[in-house]
Amino acid sequence: MKNMGIVFQKQGKDTVKNITVLIQFVIYPIVAAVMENAIQVEDLPENFFVGMFAVMHISMAPLSAMAAVISEEKEKNTLQVLLYANVKPMEYLCGVGGFVFGACMAGSGIFAVLGGYAGRDLLSFLLIMAAGTLTSTLIGAAIGIWSRNQITATAISMPVMMIIAFLPMLAMFNKNIETAASLVYSQHIQQLLNGLRTEAAARPENVIVIMINSVMAAALFALAYRRKGLT
Amino acid sequence: MRIKTETAIRVLDVAHSFGEKEVLRGISFSVERGEILGLLGPSGAGKTTLIKILTGQLKPSAGSVFLGEYNMADAKKEIYRQIGMMMDHFGFYERLSCMDNLRLCAGLYEVQPQRIREVLQCVGLYEDRKCPVQKLSKGMRGRLALARAVLHRPAFLFLDEPTSGLDPVAARRIHELIGQLRKDGATIFLTTHNMVEAEKLCKHVALLYEGTIVEYGEPQEINRRYDHMRRLKIRLYGGKDTELPNTWESADILYEYMQKGQIETIHSTEPDLESVFLELTGRGLE
Repeated sequence: MKNMGIVFQKQGKDTVKNITVLIQFVIYPIVAAVMENAIQVEDLPENFFVGMFAVMHISMAPLSAMAAVISEEKEKNTLQVLLYANVKPMEYLCGVGGFVFGACMAGSGIFAVLGGYAGRDLLSFLLIMAAGTLTSTLIGAAIGIWSRNQITATAISMPVMMIIAFLPMLAMFNKNIETAASLVYSQHIQQLLNGLRTEAAARPENVIVIMINSVMAAALFALAYRRKGLT
Repeated sequence: MRIKTETAIRVLDVAHSFGEKEVLRGISFSVERGEILGLLGPSGAGKTTLIKILTGQLKPSAGSVFLGEYNMADAKKEIYRQIGMMMDHFGFYERLSCMDNLRLCAGLYEVQPQRIREVLQCVGLYEDRKCPVQKLSKGMRGRLALARAVLHRPAFLFLDEPTSGLDPVAARRIHELIGQLRKDGATIFLTTHNMVEAEKLCKHVALLYEGTIVEYGEPQEINRRYDHMRRLKIRLYGGKDTELPNTWESADILYEYMQKGQIETIHSTEPDLESVFLELTGRGLE
C-alpha cells in the first residue's frame, strides 16, 4: 500500500511535467467548454458537446495515458529500478492506474460542471464516466504491458482508441456502424449520457454491454500481464 | 596479526548461454567483505552478463551465486534492500529533478530524507538538486546514479563501468567516492575496461576474456607473475632508443653499452594489467 502511494505520487509529479500525457487529461474538457459556449445552433440538443467530448475523454485519455506511461517506463528501464526497489508489479500498476483513473475522473468532474449536473444526475453521470474510464484504463494497461517501447504502444493504442472514441459519433450516420457500435462500451456510455439529458430510463443492454466490455478488458489485461509480466 | 575476513560474494562455476552462444563458462571467485573486486575485460567479454547474474537480473544457465548467506537462485526480493546497483541501462525519470528521483527511491527504501541531502552533497550535486535529470551532463548523471545506488547504504554495491565515457575530472570524483564507500564497509564489485582504474581502486582483479577468467589476483601480484615481460628502455647518446628484455643476455649487452659510455638514460618498464591482458589474449582491454 505504501509503495502504491509512492508510485501514485511519482506519477503525479511526472505527469505535471509531461505535456503529452497531461494534455490528454485536459484537452477534451477544454474543447467541450469552448464548443459549448462558442457554437450556438438552433435545434442542437442541450449539452451536445459535453456528451460528445465526455465519451471521447473516457475513451481516449485513460487508454493512451496508461499505454504511454507503462511503455515509457519499460523502455527507459525506470520500471526495473522500481521493481528492484521492492515495488510489486501489482502495486506499480495500481499506483499508475489509480493516478490515471483519478486524473480522468477530475476531467469528468469538469464535464459534470459544464453539463450542469446536480444531485442524483451528478452521481449517475460520474458513475457512468467511472465505468468507461475503468474499462479504458484496463485496455491501456494491457497495451502498455504488451508493448516493448513507446512507438509500439502508440501504434497499437492509436487505432484502438480511435475506434472506441469515434464509433458512437459515426453510428449516427450509418446503420451498419451503429450495429457494430452496439457491441462497444463507448456507444452505450453515449446512450446513457444522452438518457441523463433527456431523462430517459437506462436500458438494461446499456449496463450489460458495459459490464461485458469491462470484464473483457480485465481479461485482456490479465492475459497481457500473465504472458509478458512487467519486465 | 591475522585478520579474520568474511566472504561477501561467492561465485561457483557459473556459466551462461544466450541460445547457442556461450557467453560465460566456469566462472568462480569470491570477494571478501569490504573489498573491491574489479572485473576487467574488453567489450563483449561478458562483464555485463556476469554483473546481471550477480544481481539476480539474469538466471545463470549453470552454477551458483551467493551474496552473504543468500543463494541468489532462491533469494527473496528483500535481498535488494542490501544491494546497490549502478547500471548503465537503469534509467531516471528524466523530467523529474535529481531530488525527486532520489526522494522516490528514499521512500521505497524507507530512508530518512536527510540521507538524500548527504548523498547529493557527497556526489557534488546538491547545488543542482532541483535540476531536471534531462538537463544533466553525462558525468553528472553518473554521479547521480552512484548517489542512487548508495542511498540506502547497501552492503553490496555493483558498478557497471562506473566511469565509462566520463571526463577525467568526473572520473576522479567517482573514484574518490568509491574509495570512501569501501572505507565505510561496502563490498564493491565493479566492471571496467580501464586498467588504471582497476589498479587504483581494486584489491583484486579478474581478467575476463571470451567468457572465462584468464587471470585473477591482486594487481601488483599479477604484474609480478609476468615479470618476464619487464623491459629495459635505453636511450643512447646520439638519440638512439633501444629496448631490451629482462634476461641475462640483456645484462651482457647493457654491460657493453656501459663500458663504452654510450648510455644517456635507462628505465625499467614493469608489466601492467593492459600488457598482461595483451600477453594472455593477444588483444587489448579497450
